[in-house]
Amino acid sequence: MSDSGMDLRELYQDIILDHGRHPRNFRALEHPTHLARGHNPLCGDRVTVYLAVEGDRIADVSFEGRGCAISTAAASLMTEVLKGKTIDEARALFAQFHATVTGGEAGETSEALRDDFERLEPLTGVKAFPVRVKCATLPWHAFEAALKSGLAGDTVKTE
Amino acid sequence: MAASPLRIERPAARGFDPRALRGEFPIFTTHPELVFLDSGASAQKPRSVIDGIAEFYRSDYANVHRGVYSLSARSTDRFEEAREKVRAFLNAADEREIVFVRGATEAINLVAQSWGPAYLKAGDEIVISDVEHHSNLVPWQMLCEHVGARLVVAPTDATGEFDLAAFEALLTPRTRLVAVTHISNVTGTQLPIERIVQLAHAKGAKVLVDGCQAVPRMPVDVQALGCDFYVFSGHKVYGPTGTGVLYGRYDALDSMPAWQTGGGMISSVEYAETTFLEPPHRFEAGTPDIAGAVGLGLALDFIEGVGREAISEHEQALTGYAVDKLSRIPDVQVVPGGQHRLSVVSFNVDGVHPHDVGTVLDQHNVAVRVGHHCAQPLMDKLGVAGTVRASLGVYNDEADIDRLAAAVEACREMFVR
Repeated sequence: MSDSGMDLRELYQDIILDHGRHPRNFRALEHPTHLARGHNPLCGDRVTVYLAVEGDRIADVSFEGRGCAISTAAASLMTEVLKGKTIDEARALFAQFHATVTGGEAGETSEALRDDFERLEPLTGVKAFPVRVKCATLPWHAFEAALKSGLAGDTVKTE
Repeated sequence: MAASPLRIERPAARGFDPRALRGEFPIFTTHPELVFLDSGASAQKPRSVIDGIAEFYRSDYANVHRGVYSLSARSTDRFEEAREKVRAFLNAADEREIVFVRGATEAINLVAQSWGPAYLKAGDEIVISDVEHHSNLVPWQMLCEHVGARLVVAPTDATGEFDLAAFEALLTPRTRLVAVTHISNVTGTQLPIERIVQLAHAKGAKVLVDGCQAVPRMPVDVQALGCDFYVFSGHKVYGPTGTGVLYGRYDALDSMPAWQTGGGMISSVEYAETTFLEPPHRFEAGTPDIAGAVGLGLALDFIEGVGREAISEHEQALTGYAVDKLSRIPDVQVVPGGQHRLSVVSFNVDGVHPHDVGTVLDQHNVAVRVGHHCAQPLMDKLGVAGTVRASLGVYNDEADIDRLAAAVEACREMFVR
């Protein structure tokens, strides 16, 4: 039974529903430099994240997979904010996002990334739905795994 | 008074009142708004079980089969009395055929690891159905890998019915075991166990039945079914977690080597050799879950008190109502469960992931299970990532199904529109 005491529309905001139905950058990259898969064994959700990194910058990023509205929207919004970022900026955004949805210490967002983080704001409604937090973080974990594994295509599982 | 030909009274409706039964379950006092439709995963507990376990600890508790003092004797009596209740509940011939375990999963692993290596050789075959829970699949897969045997899968058809003809064609002289569920935890399909047993026995194969979904909701007579093993979990029959039962025909159990070893299951121990007790104690190493067994006995008393025929008729009618109600909602696809579907209704809402449906339903205080239901190969066959599953208990009524349907409609409004 729900103990969130929260309105469902806080979780399923219009932007989430929109990105869940019409995910952006939903395709495989033709020439990725990095890729990794994310798998949530609890619900069977799968996501593959592709990166094309040039120098220290993410020139292109995309994803494929099947999942719930939350994980699909999270992946879609993630690809939108990551495009054009440096690796360091991307990692900073992930750290900030992860801390926000898991209730950890978020720290300061740098001025440059504040707009990007605001774009992720609609997803932070999941923090009131603890069983759904992993849905929102799965694509980000896959992104991080891709940075580490290059083209080896590691698979990360939700813990 | 002569019965009016115009009024057909459903037998289930006579004296069977789910709303009154709810009063026996304290969880609904704590959560009055709760619509609990997840009894297939685990049933809620009646007061008689909750209080009975506490009372047992207060009054009769000591270790069993060990002490010479009267309290231990009393505890042993309560424990063995629970075994007799299980025997009677399943109509087993002998209470030595009832082994207490932690749950159906442990019961199946016990058979797979004790009976399996003793009787299976390379090239032998085990037949399962395609609607098995992982717990009646993975232990056999491991056993097959271990001895070099082959796992054969008998299909259900497009209507969700078990395909007896296909099953019969898969049986060979190398078939040693048929392991099937009595009622599917995903589709609610009821398997024709008596026919399956006849066909399997004709080939000399043993039969194990997973009774987890059947025992809480229909009369089960293991002698009439004719199966060699029958397993179920206590927590699904309104009993405590951590309890379960392996029924095995005595000759089958007696021919099986010990599984776990330790105290309580030996006849004599020397450094050179150990002799083991006869069944069931041979398979009950260590101090058992004594209070759990007592609680399980009380749960079976509860079910007998309500009446298994009545429960069966009530849940059958309610299952039909749920299938009908859900099928009428646009964009809802109900997974077929054959003609004798009981208590389990799986469905999907087109374009909406089961987890999103589950979250919306939860916000409407409707508790269902979503996901793959520990049956991933079946999800692959159905071509879905998962399903939403409503499963019934004695406390559910049509109002619960109406609340479920309304919540599904709310879900459509949010996601489909």
